[in-house]
Amino acid sequence: MKTPATSSSLAAGPTPSIVVAGVTVRYGNGVTAVHDASFALGPGTICALVGINGSGKSTLFKTLMGFLKPAKGMVSIAGMEVRQALKRGLVAYVPQAEEVDWSFPVLVDDVVMMGRYGHMGFLRIAGKADRDAVDDALARVNMLEFRRRQIGELSGGQRKRVFLARALAQGGRVILLDEPFTGVDVKTEDQIVDLMRELRSEGRLMLVSTHNLGSIPDFCDQVVLVNKTVLAAGPTETTFTHANLQRAFGGALRHFRLEGQALHEDADARRVTVISDDERPLVLYGERDHEKLADGGKVNGERAPGREGRSS
Amino acid sequence: MIELLLEPFGYQYMVKAIWVSALVGGVCAFLSCYLMLKGWSLMGDALSHAIVPGVALAYLLKVPYAAGAFFSGLLAALAMALVRVRTQLREDAVIGIVFTTFFAAGLLIVSINPTSVNVQSIVLGNILGISDEDVVQVAIIAAISLAILVARWKDLMLVFFDENHARAVGLSPTRMKILFFVLLSACTVAALQTVGAILVIAMVVTPGATGYLLTDRFGVMIWIAIAMGVVTSAAGAYASYFLDGSTGGLIVVFQTVLFLLAFVFAPKHGRLAAVRAARTVEEAGL
Repeated sequence: MKTPATSSSLAAGPTPSIVVAGVTVRYGNGVTAVHDASFALGPGTICALVGINGSGKSTLFKTLMGFLKPAKGMVSIAGMEVRQALKRGLVAYVPQAEEVDWSFPVLVDDVVMMGRYGHMGFLRIAGKADRDAVDDALARVNMLEFRRRQIGELSGGQRKRVFLARALAQGGRVILLDEPFTGVDVKTEDQIVDLMRELRSEGRLMLVSTHNLGSIPDFCDQVVLVNKTVLAAGPTETTFTHANLQRAFGGALRHFRLEGQALHEDADARRVTVISDDERPLVLYGERDHEKLADGGKVNGERAPGREGRSS
Repeated sequence: MIELLLEPFGYQYMVKAIWVSALVGGVCAFLSCYLMLKGWSLMGDALSHAIVPGVALAYLLKVPYAAGAFFSGLLAALAMALVRVRTQLREDAVIGIVFTTFFAAGLLIVSINPTSVNVQSIVLGNILGISDEDVVQVAIIAAISLAILVARWKDLMLVFFDENHARAVGLSPTRMKILFFVLLSACTVAALQTVGAILVIAMVVTPGATGYLLTDRFGVMIWIAIAMGVVTSAAGAYASYFLDGSTGGLIVVFQTVLFLLAFVFAPKHGRLAAVRAARTVEEAGL
């Protein structure tokens, strides 16, 4: 039998990793959504997947979930084929809020228990290990007191935490998060980020699709920039650059630079750069023209107003 | 008095009608929990009408009617898929066109061969006059469907709730959906005998809708729906002995009455509860 997903150790079992090598994905109508995409991620990683809508982010997610088969190239998770990794419950998925039917008659408990299905027998009868894993997962996301609520009765942040708990109960080593910060307030976002950092320190691998450019240097150590292919992939410090963002977003990116007289009355040479994809913007504050965006020039904790409840 | 109430049980055809109706009502109610949550109710309606020509032809050719029904249901599904792919028409229009066409063809076949089949027994059901071979067919269909549902209800729920996660735990959503539609077709065929093609839709929607108003848990909803399906179906067959009315009509009327009661009095999702909640908010605001 499989071991219960206890909260910390990932000692036993395969090491989480994602390898996408030369992957081309075509839809049934012949449209090529992603062409020759390659990147590789190892354990203990939080990686941001960044790009405009329609750039192939969700195609890549669907390919990692085995829903789409690459026409060319190879995808492997934890060193095995996607189907194999899914069979072993290694991949957990945290859906976008719009994908979920919130009026579905299930309680918080029921949803988290769904994470255990892969560990149960044919009839999906929950044992003690399953109930313990659900308790642990709910405790970790601070949702124990809401466990008897129907999911539609929760706030945006609580809803997110339920699905994170499900990923934990599943014991997923590779966790895919689709727009986890959409419709979530800043306090909840910080809670989610804290939890993700914990999961990273346990050695899990998280791939996060997000429009929140501003938070990426805060918690992502790797970045994959996509636009019909992988434009750039690597550590945030070297990859999350102005030039790469410009390539990924083109005209869709809003870019403000305030300097000299617009910003100061005196002859101060410093300037502020704001880069936004209509979500929490990236704010740069410094003297030099930044090729590197995550070199400490960023004003941490600077929260842009007016992004709450927005969807991309 | 008691003698009068027990009178129907003295007739073999009545006993048969009651237990067959209850069995079919229960299985259809089980399926209704899934169908209404996905917004596929119209699809169930289309399916029940589309199998009529198949049943008519099967009686005509003296083959098991379930085979004919299955064949024409499949044909209708393919026709709908074809029209949808080839035109810009909206789904409801496509369903509307295809199922009325099939239903019309069925009526035509029946009317041209009035001796071999009775139009009423297909369109309105005829559980009181069901033949023994048909009882066997219905019982086998219902029992197998029930067994599959009992074994796989959680997997089906997961697929209906969250396909991506279903995939993440190693299920194939496509395969589960096909399984569901095969079960739905099979049970529609079985229900044809009890309530007829026109009223089948009530059997696969109303119990689930009623359960939905009464609980927030899918498992509980299934129990409520099944209980309702079994009781109303058995009661409908029983009552038709005294009223000499259509069994199908009675079953559906009973189901509607229960639905309306839930609609008004459900503790959390009923109208009265909504009014009470609004009043509480108002008072708190004062």
